[in-house]
Amino acid sequence: MRGPVFIDELEAAVPGAVIGRNLEAIDPWLEIAADQLLPACRWLKDSCEIRFNGLQCITAVDWFEPDPKKAAKVSWEPHTELVYHLWSTISRVSLVLKTKLPRWQDDTPGKPPEVASVVGVWRGADWHEREVYDLSGVLFVGHPDLRRILCPEDWEGFPLRKDYEMPLEYHGMRGR
Amino acid sequence: MSQVLEDDQRIVEFDVRTDEMLVNMGPQHPSTHGVLRLVLRTDGEIVSELEPHIGYLHRCAEKIGENLTARQWIPYTDRMDYLAAMNMNLGWSLAVEKLLRYEVSEKARHLRVLIAELGRIASHLVGMGAYGLDLGTFSPFLYAFREREKILDLFEEACGARLTYSYITVGGLTADLPPGWLQRCEAFLDQFEPVIREYHTLLTTNAIFVKRTAGIGVLSPEMAIDYGCTGPVLRGSGVDIDLRRDGESIYTAMYDGYAFEVAVMKNGHYPRDHEYPAVPRDAVLGDCWHRFFVRMLEVVQSMDLVRQSIDRYSRCKGSLGEPLKLAEKLPAGDAYLETECPKGQMGFYLISDGSAIPWRVRARSSSFSNLAVSPELCRGCLIADVPAVVGSLDVVMGEIDR
Repeated sequence: MRGPVFIDELEAAVPGAVIGRNLEAIDPWLEIAADQLLPACRWLKDSCEIRFNGLQCITAVDWFEPDPKKAAKVSWEPHTELVYHLWSTISRVSLVLKTKLPRWQDDTPGKPPEVASVVGVWRGADWHEREVYDLSGVLFVGHPDLRRILCPEDWEGFPLRKDYEMPLEYHGMRGR
Repeated sequence: MSQVLEDDQRIVEFDVRTDEMLVNMGPQHPSTHGVLRLVLRTDGEIVSELEPHIGYLHRCAEKIGENLTARQWIPYTDRMDYLAAMNMNLGWSLAVEKLLRYEVSEKARHLRVLIAELGRIASHLVGMGAYGLDLGTFSPFLYAFREREKILDLFEEACGARLTYSYITVGGLTADLPPGWLQRCEAFLDQFEPVIREYHTLLTTNAIFVKRTAGIGVLSPEMAIDYGCTGPVLRGSGVDIDLRRDGESIYTAMYDGYAFEVAVMKNGHYPRDHEYPAVPRDAVLGDCWHRFFVRMLEVVQSMDLVRQSIDRYSRCKGSLGEPLKLAEKLPAGDAYLETECPKGQMGFYLISDGSAIPWRVRARSSSFSNLAVSPELCRGCLIADVPAVVGSLDVVMGEIDR
């Protein structure tokens, strides 16, 4: 990674966006505040000298330990984390952005947390965000057509969450 | 919709004009490369909108990965791109080794190149043969599978399986090659080289094939990068990216010392293009024909790489090394690695909390992003062009749905 020059420029262009970083990790990452995600991504793609024109992957990680005995020993608070893997095809530099979201919006179980959609920045985010919504339950505000992509349209629940339980039955088929 | 139509109680549901049709292709369909459902909105023969519906092969391998150790998850990677399972195993193994900061032995490195490139040839043979099948010609399919059988026989001798190998594993490979394997592999290559000319006659220069693929489904480089398209789809649009040369150091180190050319058009020329049929006059950079041709060129490059790796593997002194323990503890942290698989760039993301079982595994499939661009490519084309476009993207549903 070419020095943190562009990180300072990002902090200047989008104040309050970068709230954490680890540049010594195996994949250096920046933590972006959830409400500044869209302007930060737009800056990284359009205005940054290393133009991050490739969005390779969006991953949602459910940091929640369902076993209460183990939950008492972990060092983090339960939350949902979104990881964006960016790449610049021009400069061949890659960057990881991480965003922390609450597990449920307003702590209401069943209401997916909301974050801005980056479809306007990278068109490829369309299907990735649909998959994250489908499997991990994150609502992307501004997505043109947010519906399930891998699970059937009338599926209930978000399978990749750690506290997900298979439904007892689905259209007459036994679930568990 | 006119007011009269809206008030008519007999007309229900979809807002389809009376001269429009909603045509459903799939999920059971001979031309959709697996269980893919394409819903076309057509005006006669012209497609105005294409919508892919996926998820019919979704097995939630990522959830299963949260209950197994890294080595135990390798058979699940086999079943993603099942036509190039060796490359899937390699991608995941390298991602785990990146997190562990582990380097395999020199001999294992050369054997991995050998196996990965043979897997690339096998996958492109299917891509090429099945593409001919999509367009309605059956012979290239059988010719391609005749050669693929020989590669599968070689793989079966090496690891015991024909399709889902789990051969390349974290820390190396599960076993060394049996005696005589290298000779049989060289014999296969010697016999395969002249056969490639047959494929060019059957498909690449075939007037019907050119008419059905040249100028169809043109993908601009900007759109390809914006949608995250990778592999032959990206190189067919003229973008010079190949992770074996441009990727992360743990992956490019595997190809250190190997000479190969990236199959992409530069300044109007493909590498060594005097040896191949000329680009047809109607072909536009970024169309189906170019994506197909890139795969044909990659087969030749892979054959050359296999010969180099056979030579370096047989001269390598030292042992293959043992793979890591089945329940090897992973250090806390996360690692993402993309490798150049035959269908594109396949990425594996692994988050570990310090135990042997990962916290989260994620497979970023190249076909997923490649298929996402198909609605853009098929807007305004004829129904018969839809299998041509989807076939040229060379998608495999196991990878898309995981």
